[in-house]
This record gives sequence, structure tokens and C-alpha cells, in this order.
Amino acid sequence: MVQGIWWTFVLAVVGAAGRVVVPITVQQTVDTGIMADGGPDAGRITTLVLLSAALLLVAGWCMSLVNIRLIRATEAGLADLRVRAFRHVHDLSTLTQGTERRGGLVSRVTSDVDTISLFVQRGGIILLVSTLQIVVATVLMAVYSWQLTLVVWAVFVPLFFGLRPAQKRVNLAYTAVRARTGALLGAISESVVGAETIRAYGAQARTGRRVDAAIEATRSAMVRSQKLVAIVFSSGVLVANLVVAVVVVVGTYLGVAGDITTGQLLAFLFLVQIFTGPVQQATEILNELQNAVAGWRRVIAILETPVQVVDAGDDAVPSRRGPASVRLEGVRFSYPGGPEVLHGIDLDLPARTRVAVVGRTGSGKTTIAKLVTRLMDPDDGAVRLDGVDLRDVSAAHLRERVVLVPQEGFLFDGTLRENMAYGLADHVPAEDEAELVGRAVAELGLDDWVSGLPRGLDSDVGQRGEALSAGERQLVALARAYLARADLLVLDEATSAVDPATEVRIARALDSLTAGRSTITIAHRLSTAEAADLVVVVDDGHVVEVGAHRELLGLDGVYARMHAAWLAQSR
Amino acid sequence: MPEAAPGLQGPPRSTFRARTGYGLSGSRTRRSVQVMVRGIRSEPGVYALAIGASAVFGAVTVGVSKAIGAVTDQVVVPAIAGDPDAQGRIWLAGLVLAAVSITLAASVAARRVWAGMGVSNLQAGHRASVTRQYLRLPVSWHRAHPTGQLLATASADVEAATGVFNPLPFALGVVVMIVVAAVMLLAIDPWIAAAALVVIPLAIAANLVFQRYMAPAATRAQQLRGSVADVAHESFEAAVLVKSLGTEAREERRFAARTDDLRRANVDVGVVRAVFDPVIELLPSLGTLLVLGVGAGRVSAGAIGTGDVVTAAYLLTVMAVPVRAFGWVLGELPRADVGYERVARVLDAEGSLRPGTGTFGDAGSRHESRRESGQSDGQPDGQPDGQGRQGRQGLAVRLDGVGVDVRAHGTDVTLLDGIDLEIPPGSVVAVVGATGAGKTTLVSLLARLGDPTRGVVRLDGVDARDLAPEAITGAVAFVSQTTFVFEDTVRGNVLLDDHDERGATDDENAARDQAAWDALAAARVDDVVRALPGGLDAPLGERGSNLSGGQRQRLAIARALVRAPRLLVLDDATSAVDPAVERDVLSGLGERTAQPPTVVMVAYRMSSVALADVVVHLEGGRVVDVGSHAELLARDAGYRDLATAYEREATRREEDA
Repeated sequence: MVQGIWWTFVLAVVGAAGRVVVPITVQQTVDTGIMADGGPDAGRITTLVLLSAALLLVAGWCMSLVNIRLIRATEAGLADLRVRAFRHVHDLSTLTQGTERRGGLVSRVTSDVDTISLFVQRGGIILLVSTLQIVVATVLMAVYSWQLTLVVWAVFVPLFFGLRPAQKRVNLAYTAVRARTGALLGAISESVVGAETIRAYGAQARTGRRVDAAIEATRSAMVRSQKLVAIVFSSGVLVANLVVAVVVVVGTYLGVAGDITTGQLLAFLFLVQIFTGPVQQATEILNELQNAVAGWRRVIAILETPVQVVDAGDDAVPSRRGPASVRLEGVRFSYPGGPEVLHGIDLDLPARTRVAVVGRTGSGKTTIAKLVTRLMDPDDGAVRLDGVDLRDVSAAHLRERVVLVPQEGFLFDGTLRENMAYGLADHVPAEDEAELVGRAVAELGLDDWVSGLPRGLDSDVGQRGEALSAGERQLVALARAYLARADLLVLDEATSAVDPATEVRIARALDSLTAGRSTITIAHRLSTAEAADLVVVVDDGHVVEVGAHRELLGLDGVYARMHAAWLAQSR
Repeated sequence: MPEAAPGLQGPPRSTFRARTGYGLSGSRTRRSVQVMVRGIRSEPGVYALAIGASAVFGAVTVGVSKAIGAVTDQVVVPAIAGDPDAQGRIWLAGLVLAAVSITLAASVAARRVWAGMGVSNLQAGHRASVTRQYLRLPVSWHRAHPTGQLLATASADVEAATGVFNPLPFALGVVVMIVVAAVMLLAIDPWIAAAALVVIPLAIAANLVFQRYMAPAATRAQQLRGSVADVAHESFEAAVLVKSLGTEAREERRFAARTDDLRRANVDVGVVRAVFDPVIELLPSLGTLLVLGVGAGRVSAGAIGTGDVVTAAYLLTVMAVPVRAFGWVLGELPRADVGYERVARVLDAEGSLRPGTGTFGDAGSRHESRRESGQSDGQPDGQPDGQGRQGRQGLAVRLDGVGVDVRAHGTDVTLLDGIDLEIPPGSVVAVVGATGAGKTTLVSLLARLGDPTRGVVRLDGVDARDLAPEAITGAVAFVSQTTFVFEDTVRGNVLLDDHDERGATDDENAARDQAAWDALAAARVDDVVRALPGGLDAPLGERGSNLSGGQRQRLAIARALVRAPRLLVLDDATSAVDPAVERDVLSGLGERTAQPPTVVMVAYRMSSVALADVVVHLEGGRVVDVGSHAELLARDAGYRDLATAYEREATRREEDA
């Protein structure tokens, strides 16, 4: 690897050397060819011109190689960076994901990395070659006149020092542009994702004004950053040209004093051009570099965000597959910046039990489901799977054993079959997939529904599954979770949008299919509770009643009242 | 009626449109020219300044070589030779050169400021037009286009389409530079001029070849950037699922595969660049060598002096970098074409829903009277205004022979067929049917989120297709199965207007807030909002992440109720709401107003169904039966099966036990 870098560097030096071929040839041709004693020396001129043409070709060829090598290396690195940042976003808890707009997260693995990639393609190599050229030019200038070389550097050094604070401001300006672009994407994504609601309420004008405000904020940030860049770059131009004026004045005085000849001064002026060209280019590229660095920082910031729900990994307590028992001990939880929603929950859910959790909306039912599946960790207390704290169970193992079916299951743009097979373990061969999916559909009693679809299991579900109704999406999510064959299935109102006949059919199918396994169902329809082995009643963040359906009815408490209301409404 | 909702009136900032639309036509060169010309035309003032500054830069750059030559001849050489007059002019020479430097730097700064402003304005204009389209095009269009792709069009594609405008003013200034240089060189010697200028067509030819190779590579890279964004967007949306199934590794592989495609495409672009960059850079250098060769011959022929050869060589050296600006422009053009085409595809997209212009006879009078009394303040229709609740009768709905087909994989699939329904004003209708029976398709027609393939949907006797969009949104409130929550306050989400942004008086604000609270109370979600820090001002996270599913649904109902709709469509909008709450909300509708709205709801709960005057039983896209709950129970076996599912299940269980 190091060898590779050195080889690239050597090629770059040769390539950069190509830049001084022309000035040297001009000087040599004029001095020793055209002005040769006894008139122009045609032979020498031809030799010089052909020789330098050959050198130029070699140098150009080297530059090509350097470019290709650099692009290959950086693109490989950037692809890796992209994937690592992407993975890290997934590893962050769902809470963390709630703090930033998803559009913003997407931009970190897309446009932010693209900025770096484009910088490398366009500017990176120029920066490297320019630096080399500056060194070569300095050496050559010193050969002609060390005094004038000092003068040149004396003029440029303040520029270098002035550039630092200026670039800090440029950097801030670019960061602002990127941040506002992220906010802009968030605003635009609302206009796309919320298309139906916006149309149903005629909220186009309002949404349009918001997007316009975000667009204008981005535009003004861009204009501001470009003004700064223009000032920085043009001060480079100013210095590069002023240096010629200074060299002329100082050089002429040196000439008058006899320290330098006219020929040397003119040659020196030529060399100053070789020096200032790359300095100017470098200042411009440095500005683009700031932009790339801003993108880089945002990607790195993602990678440096600590994962809150940490995988136990190698320290994991080993546990075996099989019917799972769950215990919650003094579990307290609050969402970031919000009030406590669970106030010390104690629950013992034995293995092979069908548990129904009921309660009013907002009572904390879904939070319990998220904690049992470790989408987040409790603030206080512990959730134990077969007696082991979930924080000590490896993530891979936990996902094999415990599967959550959320209320609004996400569907990928693809076919019904692909979406159902998503829950299958990775090692399941593709040819078995079709059979397993087909069997699951039959076992869950979804045959009729699937055969009524335009292309059966090969029907496309559309973006986010929007070609299906909410109830149909839930059926797919259910089949998907069922295929995962977990020891503990947590259903969070997973059939809330399905018609009663289908729901009853699925519930019955799941009952027999998950016999001997454990299920926790967050239910809003009490038909589920009627069929459960154990009913847990949650109210305002507390568990108020636990027991079998009939026992709880006998208590004549919260559950009995809920059930009476349910009966009145469902029949 | 206003022609369009406020904020959507008038052309967007940049009108890039040709008579035939936004799309480009003709050969690649022609299309590229179109992109550049349209851009400059849309920001004429800014580009006049940018190009003007650039022209000054081009002329002064050539002038520098002239100034240095003059200073050398008249000051440097005689001064060093001992001429005291010349020695006295040393500082003057320095000042002249300094003045030229300042002019040069100022022209560079001016060019860059205006060029940067031009690009920023163009991007803002494109983005505004693209989002206008997103907001204008119907839901069906949105379903057919991936979110990630639409976001990429508004970001990466817009950037690609405008990237060429960064070097463009510079390149146009270089044209001036070449002209001035050509005049100077011709004044020296035609042969020298020919030798120096032969490079320029060569450089342009090299750039054209470059462009031919670059175009496909750049297109592919740009497309892949969009598809990487697609995967990332979809995957992050699916975050909860991914976590709950533990499929992070699978998602990583999926993303890595797409990323690797992009990496390869980027390398391809880089390789093309790597091969052509040195070639394009080589040409001015080879030109200088040619000038030396030819110049030597001319000097020996006695036609010119040695100094003329040096001047010509020096000019080429000075021009080497600026001439590359053509390369930058040509290099950006393929990307610009691709980006522009993708932007144009959105701008030229035609929605299948052509907006009508009609109004409801009586209902329209509300707007007319407001207008006549000079109160038309551009407020979007359907906003609460405190007086909308009176005198607004429920809407009469009538469907005649309605059918809906969708095209999937080249075959038409019938979702609805032969639907005839008559819903009198103020009645409550429940649409009942198995999952997938076509209920959502049916009710979404009532809010004109789509049009029927066959038949007519009439609202108050008017074909929905003839009604202006504002007429429909002003009368119909549609609450969908999944609630979309804007990243805004509770108030903003309920009222869907720009609170405090239009200089409303305190009284107006208080009335507005009261309307919001009333609606929240009617949706039985006021207690939840009161408990949030800030109440109505409480910010709701992205997609309402800090509310439960049931709370989000009730918020959506409040959003509908605050508009005092004449037709309320609930598409299973209470699935996550407690039954008791749902009953309260539905029975409360009639109490809120003297003339209750017409309600059409998709429902499963028998309690909700029992509240309905009429039940429509839908199966396989057709109406099986229409009647009261009791009537259908008695005569419709399929309905009975749905309605008594829980009861029979409970009985079965009891028998089992």
C-alpha cells in the first residue's frame, strides 16, 4: 500500500515537472538557438523543440496514471465510508433517528459523500501537482536570484496567513449551505411524502411557502459563501500580479546596483509566472476543499454519534432457542425531552403464553412492545428474556428469537413475495423462499386475498406499499413476521386495519401456528384479549390488572368496564 | 373563486420554458446550447454583469503582457543600463503594474460574485419550479415515482443542471481574451499568429471528443447517485422494521451493492477525465513549442525580432489556464444535459387530473360574498373563518356507473365496477367490506384524489371533474388510513395555514386558536395536546413521531373538523382510536352544527356501523347491497359474516372451553 502511494507520488513529481518544460525551453531556445552566435541555429532549435515535446508527452502520460490511481483509491475509500455511515445510522436507536429529519440522514450518505468524490475528481490532483510545481519554481527562482525569491515569498507569506482566518469563514459558510440544504430536503420531502394529505386539504400553498422559505434560505447562504470565496480568490489574483510589480521595482534597483543582469531579471519574471499560476489554482482548490471538508465532517459526525442501544456482541450471555419467557423489573421510561410514560412496570410473562396487553391509547402499551423487542433500553429497571437482561443478549440472537410486528409495517418497493420473504433468515436459499412464502400464506389463511390480487404474490406493492390498503399492508407484515419463526412474536396492533372476519381468521391461524411459542399482542380489540391466556391491563404508565380474561371480568375493575364497552360496540 | 391558491400564482422565479415545454430537443450540441441560453436568459441582469466583468478580465490579462513589455523596454532595460531618467521612472512603472493588478483582481472578484449569484438563483428557481410541480401533480403520479428519485431531482439533478454556469462566464470572457490576443499576434506576424492560434481549434476538437466519452459515463454516475439515494431513503424509512427483524446486515449489503455500482461509475468518469485532462493541458504547451519553431524560422528570414517570438510564447503561456475554461464548460455540459433533462421531465409531467374551474352553486356564495366585502385576503379556501359553520348544508353525493381500472404490468385490473350510489345531504354512510374490496379506492374518489375510469362522481350534482380544486378542498375533508403529520406545531398541523405570518390581530389569532381547540375537543384529543409542553405551540417531530398512532389519527380528525366540511370522508381513520372515543367523535358530529355534514366512512366496528344511516357492502369492487345495518344483517350473508365475526368467535371459544 505504502509502495503504491510512493509510486503515485513519483509519477506525480514527473507530471509536475512537465509544467516547467515550456518556460525552460523558451529560455534555452531564445538564448542558445535563436540568439546563437552566428545567427539562429536551426538544428539546435529543432532538437530542443522535439526533446521538450517528448518530455511533455511523458509528463502527460504520468499525470494520467496518477489521476487514475488516485481516483481508484479514493472512490474505494469513499464507497467504504458511505456504507459504514449507512450502517451506523441503522445501528443508532430509533430515538436518535427521530432527532434528525430522515432527508438529512439520507444526504449524509449521498450528497455529502458526493461532494468529496467530486472534489477528488476535479481538484484533488490539481492540488497535489500545484504544490509540487510551487516547490520546483522556488528552486529555479533561487538559482537566478535568491534576493528576488525572498521578495516573492515575502509578498506571498501574508497571503498564506490571511488565508487561514478567511478559510475558516469560508468553511463556516459552506457548512451553513450544507445544513440549509439538508433542511431544504426535509421540507421538499414533506411535499412528496405528504402528497395525499396536502391534496386532500388543499395545503399546497402553505407547503409551497415553506419550501420557498427553505429554498431562499439555501440560496442566500450560497450567495454569501460565494462572495467570501470571490474575495479570497481575487486577493490571490491581486497578490500574484502585485508580485510582478514588486519584482520589477526591486529587480530594477538590484540591476542598477549591479546585483543582477537584465537577462536574469527577465528570466526571473518568467519563473514568477510558473510560481503564481499554481498558487492561484491552489487557493481556489483550497476553497473547494473546504466544501468537501464540510461534507466530510457531516459524514464523520454520524459515525461518531454513539450508539445508545449497544450490542452486547462478544460479551453476550449465551442463551438457547425455544419458548421464551419475559420479565420486566421496575421498568421506567421516558422519550427524550418528554415526561415519563412508564412508571415502574413489573411483569412476569411465562413461556408458551399468549399475552394480550390492553389499555387506552397513550397508556404506554406500544412503549412496552418497543422495550421488549429492545428498540430502546429502559431508563431504569431491566427487561429480561429467559432471565437474561436484554442488554446482555447479542443483537443477532435477539432478532432471531424476538420479532415485532409494528402497527404500520413498512413495505419495500417490490413484490408481495419479496416483502414477505424479507423476514426469512439469510441462509434460506432462494428456491426455498417461494415455497416457504406460499406455505405461510396458506397457513395464515390468506389464499383468497392473494389470489384476488392482479398478479398474486408477484403483485407490486408500490412505494412504501402504497398500492395496497393499510389492512393489506398489515397482512403482508404479518406474513413476513410469521416467516421469521421467532420464539416470541410481539404484535403491536398488527391487525387494526383488517376486517373483522379476516382478523378472526388470522388470530385463529396464529393461535394454532404459534402453539408452544410465546406471543405478546398489543390489542385494541378485546376479541384478542378474550382468546389470550393472560391479559395485562395498562393504565397511565402503570400495570393495573393482570390475569386471565375470566378472572379479570370477575374483578369488576378497569378491564371489566373496557370489555363491557367493547361488547356494546362490536355486536 | 381565486384561479389558484395563493403562493402558486404567477410564474416561478425562473421561467426556463420554451414554447414546447421544458424538455430539450435536437442534437446534443443544440441541447447543450439550449441549457446555457435558457439559464442566461432567466437571469439576464446578473449574467450581463458576470460576463462583462469576465470580458474586462480577458482584455486586461492580455494587456498585462503588453504592459510588462512596455515597462521592460522603457524602464527596466535603460535603467539597468544607467539611464537616470529611466531610474527615476522605476516607481512609476511599479504603480502602473500595480494598477493593472488591481483592475484584474477587481474584475475577477466581480465575475465570481455575479457568477455565483447566477448559479444560486438558477438553482433556487429550478427548485421552486420542481416543488411547484410536486405540489401540483396528482397522488397517482407520486405513487409512480420513488421518493428518493424525486428528492434527487430537487437536489442532485438541479445541481448537475446548473453546474455548468459556474465556469460559463469565465469561458465567455476567455473568448474576448482570444480575440484581443489574436489581434495582437496578427499585428506581429501572420505566421506566428497562425502557429499560436492553431491550438485553439485543436483544443475545442479535443474537448468535443472528451464530451462524447464523458456524456454516457456522467449520465450513468448521475443515475446511480439517484438510485443510491433511493435505497438510503427507503431503508431509513424502514428503520423500525429493519431493527425489529434484525436485518441491518441485509440492508448494508443492499446499499453496498448499489454504492459499488456508483463507485465503478465514478471511476469510469475519473478515468475519462484522467486521460483527457493531460491531453487538453498539453495542447497550449505544444502550441508554444510550435511558435518557437516557426518563430525561429521567421527570425532567420528577418521578418520579426526575437522579442516578438518571446511575446507570442508568453501570450500562450498566459492563456494556457484560461483557455481550459472551455474544457470546464464542455466537461460540465454532459452532466448539465442529464440533470436538466431530469428536471425537465418533472416540469413537463402532465397529471391525469385536470383541475376544473366550477363551483357549487350555493356553497360558492360564501367565497363570493367574502370577496365582495373586500375580505379576500388570499386565505386558502376551507380554512376556518368562524362563519363557515353556519348555513353549510351537508353535500349530496351521487355516483353513476363508476368504475376504476389501473394498469399493472400491461394488463388492466378492475378495482371498482358499476357503482351506483346516492347519498343524501347530512346522512352518515358506512362502507363495509373485506380487506382489499376497493373501499379506499371508492372513498378517495369523493375527495377527487383520483378520477373514475368510467362513470361520474357528482357532488351536489356537479361532476367532480368540473369543480375547481379549492371548491373541493373547501367542502370535502378526507382523513386517510395513515396520518401524515407535518413537522410543525400542533396548531400548524390542525389549521394548515401560516399562523402569525400574515400580521393577524390578536382577536383573529384568538379566534383561530379557539377554532383549533374546538376541533381538538371534538376529536377528543384536546387533553393530549394540553399535556404537551406548549399546548398548541408544541412542535410535532418528523411524521409526528412523538404521538401514538391513535393520537395521530385523532389529530387528523381534528384537522378535518376544523374546516367544518360539508362532506367528511373517513377512510378507516379511527383504526387506532379507542372504540369509546370513536363513538364520541362520530356522535358529536351532529351536535356541533345545526346542519350536520354528510359522512362517508370506511369502518369495521359494528358500533361505528350502527351509527350509520346507510351501510354499503362492497365486495370485489362491486356493491353487494345497500341498506340499514339491520336490513343487511337479515338479507346479506356476506355482510352477516363480517358483522358477527367477533360474536361467533367468542361463541366458538366458549363452546371449545
